[in-house]
Amino acid sequence: MCDNCGCGDVDSFTIIPMLKSAGIDTAAGHSHPSHADGATAAHHDYPHQYTYNHLREPQREHVHAEDLSPEPRHEHVHDHDHPHTHSHDHSHRTVRVHTPILEENDRRARHNRRFLKARGIFAINIVSSPGSGKTSLIARTLEKAAGVLPAAVIVGDLETANDAIRLRDKGAPVVQITTGTVCHLDAAMVSRALKHLDLEDRRLLIIENVGNLVCPASYDLGEAMRVVLISVTEGEDKPLKYPPIFRGAGIVLITKIDMCAASGLDMQELRRNIRAVAPAAEIIEVSARTGEGMDEWIELLRAASCRPSNASPNSGPSFQKSGQNDSDHSSHSHAVS
Amino acid sequence: MHEISIMQNALELAEKHALSAGATSISSISLRVGAGSGVVPEALEFAFGVLKKQTLAASASLHIERVPTEFRCSHCGALSHLHEIRFDCPECNGLLIMGDGGNDLELSHLEVS
Repeated sequence: MCDNCGCGDVDSFTIIPMLKSAGIDTAAGHSHPSHADGATAAHHDYPHQYTYNHLREPQREHVHAEDLSPEPRHEHVHDHDHPHTHSHDHSHRTVRVHTPILEENDRRARHNRRFLKARGIFAINIVSSPGSGKTSLIARTLEKAAGVLPAAVIVGDLETANDAIRLRDKGAPVVQITTGTVCHLDAAMVSRALKHLDLEDRRLLIIENVGNLVCPASYDLGEAMRVVLISVTEGEDKPLKYPPIFRGAGIVLITKIDMCAASGLDMQELRRNIRAVAPAAEIIEVSARTGEGMDEWIELLRAASCRPSNASPNSGPSFQKSGQNDSDHSSHSHAVS
Repeated sequence: MHEISIMQNALELAEKHALSAGATSISSISLRVGAGSGVVPEALEFAFGVLKKQTLAASASLHIERVPTEFRCSHCGALSHLHEIRFDCPECNGLLIMGDGGNDLELSHLEVS
C-alpha cells in the first residue's frame, strides 16, 4: 500500500523504456552493430533494456554510515539497587528512534542522489496538478535545451505510456513508469527506472511526477530540485491551498501564460501567494506553446545545474532552494566525465 | 485520509525497533508532526485506534508532539510560531510568509517492555 494515502500497491508499477519511433532521425539514438550478419540494425519500435556501464547500481542495497540514525536507540535498564514496596516490570524501558516515518523512501532517495551525483547529472522533480502542462513543458524543454543540457526523462502516470510516446522523438532517452493505482512516484520506482535509461553524456534528468499536488510532496526521489507548475487557469490561491508541495519548490513555473488574459488571473496575487509559501523559489511565467519564458527557464536550469546539486535536504524532501550555494560552480562539472 | 497509511508505516517502524530491542510489547508511541508536513494529527490518532490492534502496540497510547512552523507577516513583520498553517496574520490580518521548519514526520521514541 502507498505509504502516504493508501492509494494502492507501490510494488506493482511497470517500467516501459521508450525507443524513438520509426522513420525519425537517428543521430541521437544508437545502433546494434553486433547482429549476426554484421549489419547495423535499424531502430525498432519495441522496448528493450539499454546496456551501459554502471558507475554504481542505483538500487543496490547497501548501508552507509550516514544512513544510520543519528541517534541510535539505547535502552534504560534498572541496574541500581533500591528497596521495593511494590512489584512492577523491570524490563520497561524507552527506545529512542528519531527516524522519519518514511525512512525507507528517504534511504533510497539518498542512493539515487549519490548515483546521479557520480554521473554529474542534475535531476529535477516536476510536480503539478493534472493538466497543468508538465508534458508540453518537457517536450519544449527537450527541444530548446538539447545543446546546453542534454537530458533524459522519467515519466510517471497511473496508466498509459502516452506521455512517454509524446516525448520519445525529442532526442532524449525516455522511460515511462505506470504506477497502477499509486498517486505519486517514490524513490524505489525512480531507482528501477534509472536502470533502463541510457545516461551517457546526459547532464539533466527530468522526472515528471504523477499529476497530484498532495502525496508527491512527501516523497523525496533523490532529485536536486523540485519544480512546481501552476497554470493560469488554476486560481490565485492554489499555493495557499496546497502549501507542502509549493514549499519545497526551487522553481515555480506559471504555465500557459498565453492564456492569461482569457483566464482572468490576477498575476500579482498569484505571485504574492507563491511567495508566501515558497519565499526563496524562482518564479517564471512560461508558455510551452508560444515559447515565451522558455529561454529564461532553461538558463535558470543551466545555472542551477552548475551549482552543487545534491546536498541532502535537512528537513523534508527537496528543500534545496534555488539561489543557494551560488559561490561554488566547480564541483558539479568535476563529476562529469 | 492518507494519515491511515502513514500510521501503518509508523506502526511497522515501531514494531521493528521494539523487536530489535528485545521487547514484546509497546506501551507508548511518540511521534513528532510538523505543521508543514501536510499531516493532520487528529486523523493520525483516529488511524492509530483502528490499526494498533493485532500489533505489539495493541494497548499502547499515542503521543504526538506538534512542531510549529514559523511565519512572518508581510505587512507588520510580526513573527508567529503556528501549529496549523494559516496565512492571515494574528496581529494585523496581513499575509503571512512561511518560514523554515515544521516539516517533521518522525517516530520519536517508544516505551516498551
